[in-house]
Amino acid sequence: MTQISHDDVQHLARLSNLQLADGEEAALRGDIETILDYVQQLSELDTDGVEPTYQVTDRENVWRNDEVDNYGINTDDLLALAPEAINQQIKVPKVL
Amino acid sequence: MVTISNFSNGSARAHVEAAIAKARENESFNAILSMTEKRALERADAVDRGEISGRLAGVPFIAKDNFLTFSGTTTAASNFLENFEAPLQATAIEKLEAEGAICIGKANLDAFAHGGSTENSAFGPTKNAYDDSRVAGGSSGGSAVVVALDIVPFALGTDTGGSIRQPASFNGVIGVKPTYGTVSRYGVVAMASSTDTIGVLAHSADDASLVMDIMSGKDTRDMTTLDDFFTPATLDRPLRIGVIDETMTDSVDSEVRSITTAYVDALRQSGHTVEAVSLPILKYALAMYYIVVPAEISSNLARYDGIRYGKRAEATSLSELYGASRDKGFVDENKRRIMIGSYVLSSGYFDAYYLKAQKARTLLINEYNDRLKTFDVLLSPTAPTPAFSLGENTHDPMKMYLADVMTVPASLAGLPGISVPAGKTAAGLPVGVQFVGKRRDDALLLALAKQMEDHNA
Repeated sequence: MTQISHDDVQHLARLSNLQLADGEEAALRGDIETILDYVQQLSELDTDGVEPTYQVTDRENVWRNDEVDNYGINTDDLLALAPEAINQQIKVPKVL
Repeated sequence: MVTISNFSNGSARAHVEAAIAKARENESFNAILSMTEKRALERADAVDRGEISGRLAGVPFIAKDNFLTFSGTTTAASNFLENFEAPLQATAIEKLEAEGAICIGKANLDAFAHGGSTENSAFGPTKNAYDDSRVAGGSSGGSAVVVALDIVPFALGTDTGGSIRQPASFNGVIGVKPTYGTVSRYGVVAMASSTDTIGVLAHSADDASLVMDIMSGKDTRDMTTLDDFFTPATLDRPLRIGVIDETMTDSVDSEVRSITTAYVDALRQSGHTVEAVSLPILKYALAMYYIVVPAEISSNLARYDGIRYGKRAEATSLSELYGASRDKGFVDENKRRIMIGSYVLSSGYFDAYYLKAQKARTLLINEYNDRLKTFDVLLSPTAPTPAFSLGENTHDPMKMYLADVMTVPASLAGLPGISVPAGKTAAGLPVGVQFVGKRRDDALLLALAKQMEDHNA
């Protein structure tokens, strides 16, 4: 049985940039333990010397010409999506 | 049932108005999140004036709400994107519009396509077309239901681990998950980039083939797209079909097994050679999937931070803004998957989980490749059960994941898989069977589906 502690859940939440609301943690902890227990059955498989597969396209580097393409979208359209923008820049709360 | 050929005569406006009216009559299924009525009627009028033509001129369709479309919102059924209006349109939509097709609305899904029942939608579950106390399946549940209810002849879906095939099975329609890279993913909300595919749900194999023919092909905006290999085909020889032993065990619903067996008998009557085949590694595919896919999700969903688009939570610092926006914007299943992904990718666990799963994935692909030397098609039920009841699995994420056990293997291997209606249970619930073939054999699978449609007609 995989044990996930309170601190582990908080650590995962930080890694995931999730600020969990009160009461969310306990249920998530149980679910994560159950899922990790299930996937652990992979340890039964002998994978010594097997190359990992990260993608299934059979392709390697795909090159394109180094040309600017704005994909038909202009800056104003994109800035209009931001919750707050000012002077062609997206506004956020203070960082420091 | 409604097929594309129903739209070859008459005015496009009348067809589109009828489809919109039918959508409104069926609002109780919660299959559609928004209608794009204004743009749809404008395009219909342009078809009627002869300004727009093509192989799908005036044919209405519905897109899963994770396809970016002009006009209206693209929500991915999430709180995060509830008011998001896309500045661009998905390549798949552009290609269909270039042939005259008319998008009339956006279909419900599990939020960010995470789920197998459409119960994870931030806007409520979609109900099954055959029994409104049961789930639609998912994550493309809305897309399956709008086709099953004859609102439109086809709908677009995405399939990362079964999200087209399983709801197709639950609602008695055809669902096509193509070879990885067949259709451009540009303009579609990303989930797991190494298995995300774009496909179609329809009533007839011919309609599904036509839509795949139009959507497939290389796109410079998606570097993983393949050259345009898809050409609709007809079957000119008997096939060798393998029925996968591991998918016909006692753990599979007995009616699902008997319907599958009857379908296999019909395949034999049609002249195909059908034999049992074993793929022992399939037992491990779901475990691989729930490592690889959450890992990719955790990085793909990092972009939802409340800065550039989507809903931003009130906060006094930047880190609080990220954390609170993400906590409010995601449903529980999104958080589970992101956190599992963070876990398997984190220092100290990477080798034991992520690397192990990617090595196991190689073994899975090798086993498929070996069996596909002998067989043209591998057959299984699409799902271990018919549609389950609303709420039945929501308390137990692992039980919900098991509904994908038949469909995730082909996704990990990048192989084409289609679900075709095979019959109904005594209670009247549809059951589908799945064909899996070699890479780029998508048209062959659809040709087999077409032959069986004719056989069973």
